[in-house]
Amino acid sequence: MSNAAYQFLSQDLPACLTAVFAVLACALLGNFLVLRRLSLMGDAISHSVLPGLVAGFLVVGSRGRLPMFLGAGAAGVVTVVLVEAVRKLGRLEAGAAMGAVFAVMFALGVLLIEQVGARGVDLDPDCVFNGQLENILWLFPREAPSPLTRAALEKLPPELWTTGALAIVAALFVSVFFKELRITSFDPALATSLGISARAMHFALMLLVAAAVVASFEAVGSILVIAMLICPPATARLLTDRLSTQVWLSAIIAVLVAVGGYTLAATAPVWLNAPRALSAAGMMTVLAGVFMAAAILGSPGHGVIARALRHRRLAADIAREDLLALLYRLHELGRPAASGSLTGDPSRRRALGGALAAGEVSEVGTALRLTDSGLARARSIIRAHRLWEDYLVRQAGFRPDHVHERAEALEHLTGTGLSDRLAEGSPGVTDPHGREIPRPPTLPG
Amino acid sequence: MTALLAQSITDVSIEWPSLGEIARALTFRAGHNTTVVIFSALLLGVASGMIGSFALLRKRAMMSDALAHCTLPGIALAFLAFTWLGREGRSLPVLLGGAAITGILGVLAVQAIIRHSRLREDAAIGAVLSVFFGAGVVLLSYIQGLSVGNQGGLQHFILGQTAAMQTHDAQLIGACAVGVLVILLLLFKEFRVVCFDDRFARVAGVPVGLMDLAMMALVVVVTVIGLQAVGLVLIVALLIIPAAAARFWTERLTVMVWLAGVLGGLAGYLGAAASSLLPRLPAGAVIVLTAGAIFLFSLLFAPRRGVLAAGARLARLRLHVATDHLLRTMYEEAERAGADPTAARIPGRALARAHGWSPLAAGALTRLLHLRGLVRAASGAVSLTPRGLREAARLTRNHRLWEEYLVTHAEFAASHVDHTADLVEHILAGDLVQRLEAALRARGQLPPAAPPPSIHPIAPAGGAA
Repeated sequence: MSNAAYQFLSQDLPACLTAVFAVLACALLGNFLVLRRLSLMGDAISHSVLPGLVAGFLVVGSRGRLPMFLGAGAAGVVTVVLVEAVRKLGRLEAGAAMGAVFAVMFALGVLLIEQVGARGVDLDPDCVFNGQLENILWLFPREAPSPLTRAALEKLPPELWTTGALAIVAALFVSVFFKELRITSFDPALATSLGISARAMHFALMLLVAAAVVASFEAVGSILVIAMLICPPATARLLTDRLSTQVWLSAIIAVLVAVGGYTLAATAPVWLNAPRALSAAGMMTVLAGVFMAAAILGSPGHGVIARALRHRRLAADIAREDLLALLYRLHELGRPAASGSLTGDPSRRRALGGALAAGEVSEVGTALRLTDSGLARARSIIRAHRLWEDYLVRQAGFRPDHVHERAEALEHLTGTGLSDRLAEGSPGVTDPHGREIPRPPTLPG
Repeated sequence: MTALLAQSITDVSIEWPSLGEIARALTFRAGHNTTVVIFSALLLGVASGMIGSFALLRKRAMMSDALAHCTLPGIALAFLAFTWLGREGRSLPVLLGGAAITGILGVLAVQAIIRHSRLREDAAIGAVLSVFFGAGVVLLSYIQGLSVGNQGGLQHFILGQTAAMQTHDAQLIGACAVGVLVILLLLFKEFRVVCFDDRFARVAGVPVGLMDLAMMALVVVVTVIGLQAVGLVLIVALLIIPAAAARFWTERLTVMVWLAGVLGGLAGYLGAAASSLLPRLPAGAVIVLTAGAIFLFSLLFAPRRGVLAAGARLARLRLHVATDHLLRTMYEEAERAGADPTAARIPGRALARAHGWSPLAAGALTRLLHLRGLVRAASGAVSLTPRGLREAARLTRNHRLWEEYLVTHAEFAASHVDHTADLVEHILAGDLVQRLEAALRARGQLPPAAPPPSIHPIAPAGGAA
């Protein structure tokens, strides 16, 4: 086996796979935390497991996996209960209750670590934050004919099994209880009336989050756990309105983040000329943030850019309609419309450009004229405007000199159908200012 | 290693400081550096307790957690920038400056996410907090790979380390804390009105946006100067916990803010002193645990809002209700028997069964009423004393008056009023009883002092008995 292949199989593959499993489990569960506005619960739990870890360590006196796992799990449950108790008894808002509980638990953990001198045995808060992704190795015998032999498979790192099992449990939980999770997240009262206990679902979800935190932070570190509980679901939530799509998307994003982050951390030192690899967990977190920022800005439906574009398009439409209406009014008064008199205002100049390009206005010498299509559009706007003025004065009791501004806003939102309805209730052919209300466009033929 | 560990776990031979040493540390006489550190921790605690109260009331508590975590990349970047410029990167003002910049950027990012996307505050805070911290971790791992000198100790900002604190660092921290307190006192009135009612504040001409900004700026300063003493993970505790603890003791905002200052100061002072006296006590953790102990004490023992006080209130109310129910049951039983009410004897077991009490609870209640001279208990049966009879008659009267009211005015069916009246009879005030009486008297239905007859059949105590 070549050197590169062995390095990939023994170092990169197990670490990357462990990260993928951990991140997948967190992202799946995180969907429902984000939905329930409990995102910070993951934060709180992942800080509070520290004293449980140390307690588990103290009981057996060595870095055994099971006792520490149990200790951390117990601490996670205690945190969930304590947060609830402090919030209720102390009448604090949820965020403050979480902050108070996790800080005290974490402080207890730090103190315990210092007191038992556990720093020397590789248990320190830094590794809880950062994880030890770099230390997850598959040291199968090099001379083995294939890595798929029994001897080689027995050497698979235990973290891989834990996070793999976790990912499966999380996926099962989410798929089996999807309906219950959805209904209790969106409408707990309805869920209760349907016989689904919102409390039980809440507790089950919290328990699984605690399990996810405990099982994954040893491998990937608590910061990545917090990020993965929140960022992929939040990113997915910006991209879709359907919960099932959101869950799938969040899983895909999570896998992309894990693989991409690992690759970046491994390759970035080469470009940066740094002598050692960067923190892979940190890099994944940053990448998750980049994905989320990209979704906030670029999501087609809910993104900042899409919304800004929609807003601009609407503003341009309104400016153009206002221009057409102005030309119509000038035409009605028999006054010439010189293009020079309209181009002072930049938004109007842009509107004119658009109208010329769309063939709604033509330029004859220095004068502007509405073309047939422009005239039809201008008529329907003016018609809506004057019908609204008529309606506001006649039906809503406004004074004639108070209606122009309102009609000016409403005219752009009024389709032909609404104009016709307004016209049905209006006997007049003129608006309150005595100007003629244009007739509806006649259909050809 | 196990042996070594076993020794360290069971090692109880910690060198306890003598009383003299404790007294010296607590009275600021334990060496210049220690004194300055303890004093600056105290000032930090006061400042964070007071500004934390406002942050808590404005529901910005977790925002300050995001802020604290967002300082890490700033620390690393400031170190890198100054090292590249060939200057000393490890100087505290430089690092804290960088911390403040990315901290503020983080807060701005949270606010921008809330405003410009459909994500809620909790998701925005959690995402920004973890991503900024992750960026900090990446930068720290990069710095560790560099061969530039004097980089050690950057991680100490994560958990804080007072031992690494130089005298001039501590002086800087103390001075900043004093500055925060001065600004806070100057803006106290504005902060207070903004916390209470920001709409009213706006109408009253207080620039609410500016005040929120000032509040956040003070939180930034406290967070940043708290980095070295308490660490960025735990500083949020100093902002939340003293304020939340103070809230238990008072309903007045001014009192709460000052009390939070005192409690925060106490936590900082005791925590830093303990850390200086005993080995292996990280100051940040001890300060936070002290604050946590103060919080727990407040939660349990505060008058009115405390858990014990509330529990006692509830227990008293329960006892009151149970007493009333027992007396009324006995009156109804006597009435049904038609005999001399004080002569009617009811088996204790029947009483217990009528109310679903355990025999033990019923027995205890009977004994209590016996001590108060309301009932006589003899050989498993209970009977009313003359005084008990008067009290029972009054209660029964209230119950039936309320039933009358429900039937005549609230249009309840006579078969449905018993339970509702059960809930209300205990808290009928004297003037309300008089008005109910007046209503009945107007209809000529009120027997003068005895309870009116029940408007529904009464099941005998103990059901089949």
